[in-house]
Amino acid sequence: MRKVAVIGVGQSRFGELWDRSFRDIMLEAGVEALEDAGLEGKEIDALFVGNMSAGRYIAQEHVATLIADYAGLAELNIPSVRVEAADASGGLAVRMAHLAVASGMHDIVIAAGVEKVTDAGELSMEIMSSSADMEWEGFVGATLSAIYAMMTKLHMKEFGTTEEDLAMVSVKNHRNAVNNPKAQFKSEISVDAVLNSPYVAEPLKLLDCAPISDGAACVVLASEEVAKQYTDTPVYIKSSAQASDYLALHSRKDLTTMQSVVTASRQAYKQAGVEARDIDVAELHDSFTIAEIMAYEDLGFIEKGKGAELIREGIVEMGGEIPVNPSGGLKACGHAVGATGVRQVAELVLQLRGGAGKRQVECETALALNIGGTGGTAVVTILGR
Amino acid sequence: MKEVFELVGIVSYGTYIPRYRIKAEDIARIWGENADVIKGGLGVLEKSVPDLDEDTATISVEAAREAVRRAGINPKNIGAIFVGSESHPYAVKPTATIVGEALDVGNDFFAADLEFACKAGTAGIQNCMAMVEAGMIKYGLAIGSDTSQGAPGDPLEYSAAAGGAAFLVGNDGVIAEIEHTCSFTSDTPDFWRREGRPYPSHGGRFTGQPAYFRHVVSAAKMLMEETGLKPEDFNYAVFHQPNGKFPVRAARMLGFSKEQIEQGLVVRYVGNTYSGSSLLGFAAILDVAKPGDRILLVSFGSGAGSDAFSITVTDAIENLNRNPGVWDKISKKVYIDYGTYAKFRRKIRMR
Amino acid sequence: MLPRFWRKIRYRYDLIGTRCNTCGRNYYPPRNFCPVCRRRSSIEEVQLSGYGTVLSYSIVHDTPVGLKMEKPYVVALIQLDEGPIITSQLACEPEEVHDGMRVKAVFRKYGEDGEDGIIYYGTKFIPAEEA
Repeated sequence: MRKVAVIGVGQSRFGELWDRSFRDIMLEAGVEALEDAGLEGKEIDALFVGNMSAGRYIAQEHVATLIADYAGLAELNIPSVRVEAADASGGLAVRMAHLAVASGMHDIVIAAGVEKVTDAGELSMEIMSSSADMEWEGFVGATLSAIYAMMTKLHMKEFGTTEEDLAMVSVKNHRNAVNNPKAQFKSEISVDAVLNSPYVAEPLKLLDCAPISDGAACVVLASEEVAKQYTDTPVYIKSSAQASDYLALHSRKDLTTMQSVVTASRQAYKQAGVEARDIDVAELHDSFTIAEIMAYEDLGFIEKGKGAELIREGIVEMGGEIPVNPSGGLKACGHAVGATGVRQVAELVLQLRGGAGKRQVECETALALNIGGTGGTAVVTILGR
Repeated sequence: MKEVFELVGIVSYGTYIPRYRIKAEDIARIWGENADVIKGGLGVLEKSVPDLDEDTATISVEAAREAVRRAGINPKNIGAIFVGSESHPYAVKPTATIVGEALDVGNDFFAADLEFACKAGTAGIQNCMAMVEAGMIKYGLAIGSDTSQGAPGDPLEYSAAAGGAAFLVGNDGVIAEIEHTCSFTSDTPDFWRREGRPYPSHGGRFTGQPAYFRHVVSAAKMLMEETGLKPEDFNYAVFHQPNGKFPVRAARMLGFSKEQIEQGLVVRYVGNTYSGSSLLGFAAILDVAKPGDRILLVSFGSGAGSDAFSITVTDAIENLNRNPGVWDKISKKVYIDYGTYAKFRRKIRMR
Repeated sequence: MLPRFWRKIRYRYDLIGTRCNTCGRNYYPPRNFCPVCRRRSSIEEVQLSGYGTVLSYSIVHDTPVGLKMEKPYVVALIQLDEGPIITSQLACEPEEVHDGMRVKAVFRKYGEDGEDGIIYYGTKFIPAEEA
């Protein structure tokens, strides 16, 4: 397996982009990534696109080819592959691109992620919820937030996690997003504001939940050798791992642990030759605040049940021991579903290069965790200089 | 008299009443009526209201499951299902098939939905009796169930209620033998609902003498004539209960006492459950009946007709678990206001 | 979606699960393949009692479009007495629910495919004390 570097990153603004189409936002991220990498375009060998549900959000399938086409690559006739694992689609696209380069099959590969959500109007929440088991969860009205809410209640009962702890995660991520020009919400919020926001699925409130966002992100991957021709500061993908679990929460053995996260992270640590304590900064999947707290535990940042301590003690704040979600995370940067996993990697590349501006964290090793649905898929990517 | 129904009867029964109630006061307040006048005139104090997720099919299934569970029979032995209702969830697509599937009856059974205003449930019992008697089936399931609607502001709104009762009919393990049944039928347009219309229409006071009383009294008299029985031969009597007044007056006209009808007079607290009405009253009587007790059951369906039954309780009733009873179910209730009621009955809709 | 609903009617109306005779585990929703025994699976259908215990629940306020009339409704994880955990709705008032509550299955409507479409029936649960 060859060493793989990230030589370019790009990201569109995340948010309700009423005036921009699916094609527009993808192109915005792609152009930025190519410019960042110093590529003209014809050097690209293959394209992997993370997208959860263009078919339902904008009634358009065959989006990998659409994207290659609108990126001006049609006449190169390169392979273009859509990757789907609900909201882990982006992370998985990065992993598939990584494998394509690491294997020696391709030298320069694009991993992109895109989702145009707001065109679907009031159906967007239901489409998101189809990452759960539609036959046996969706049918009974168990939305994604309802399933996370049931995990939250169990976590509270078993480990004493409180609604304030959850609120603090949201507050932290909003505070971080203030320094991210591409974030959907660049404003601070208070714990009280979170606690007083309306319930979505008790005990989760509106401000515990990631918003509905349009957005795209793009990273350019290259073999170590090729990377050196383009950049003096390559950032390497030290490992990427993916794990799956039962699709429906009710089938899992442990309802407060995401086994997919435990498994993927342990494999990623092993492949990268690092341990949890070596991680300097992380972008974690906070689609709901509880997911970030469970991720602290399942990634091994702290033992099971004590996740809330990291937020209470400021360990995951900027300036803390392991800053989590310097970008603002899914909560405040926005959660453009299929784009999220790619955006996380793009953020960490900026951090590792020292190009994250006001939100810069001092770091050498970084971890991205992208989760599909309620934990049916987990993708862990470890990056380093 | 013909003794063709010997040995055939009720093997088990089950009932279902939704938990929600609305008081006459709450309806009267909306339409500017005097609640005391309404309550006095109709004899209905409150009525049951189905939840948004309840309909004739769910009520039928719950009542039928109770009947089958109490009997302890294998549902595969049920050979026929008749669901009588004037509020079948589908205009075309039988409720009986939904009940059959939910009860895991299999695919080897006769099924049909019946409609005869408020007497379709008792018509189902007659059909089951005939099929058992003919040896076509081992057990038949006859259900009377409704989630009836009165148009907003119509006097019917105070009484149109939801509930149902299911009767397992057979000739094995009979808890109440059906000694005789007969029907009195005529073309009398006292109450109707045209195809595709949401609410029924009715002839007002015309629904009384030429409709309800003529048919109920005639059927009861016909049954007593054919059997040679007199009012004093019955321990209990139950008549269709469109309101609290009609069945009391019918009993008086036929020479039955207040004591004979009291146990089965459920309408005051649950309203008119249409196809479930006389059957819920009958079930309330079976809840307390002792071996040897004789019961007169007379239904009435607008349009119009009445089915009369003479039923005698057997020793086997002592072995049937009859709890919770109809009156227990009537007492388990949650009151709702008119707004909630209007929403539950989809009188108001969300865009 | 019509055939998709019809296909599972038997399991939705009635709590019919499956049991793997190799390991003795019960499954609901039914599985044709035991995830523990895999190729050694020996699956047969089993009628579940319909009684269970609430492990966790949520009162859902942000509902799918088709369930707006029902808002708020209660979704719960219920451990059936035979072992499997299922996700279902509780047909009761939100304030009646508590963790560890005993519940029993009832037959209720889950929704409909618009005013002209078919009606989706299925199993919900109510407090067992009620019955």
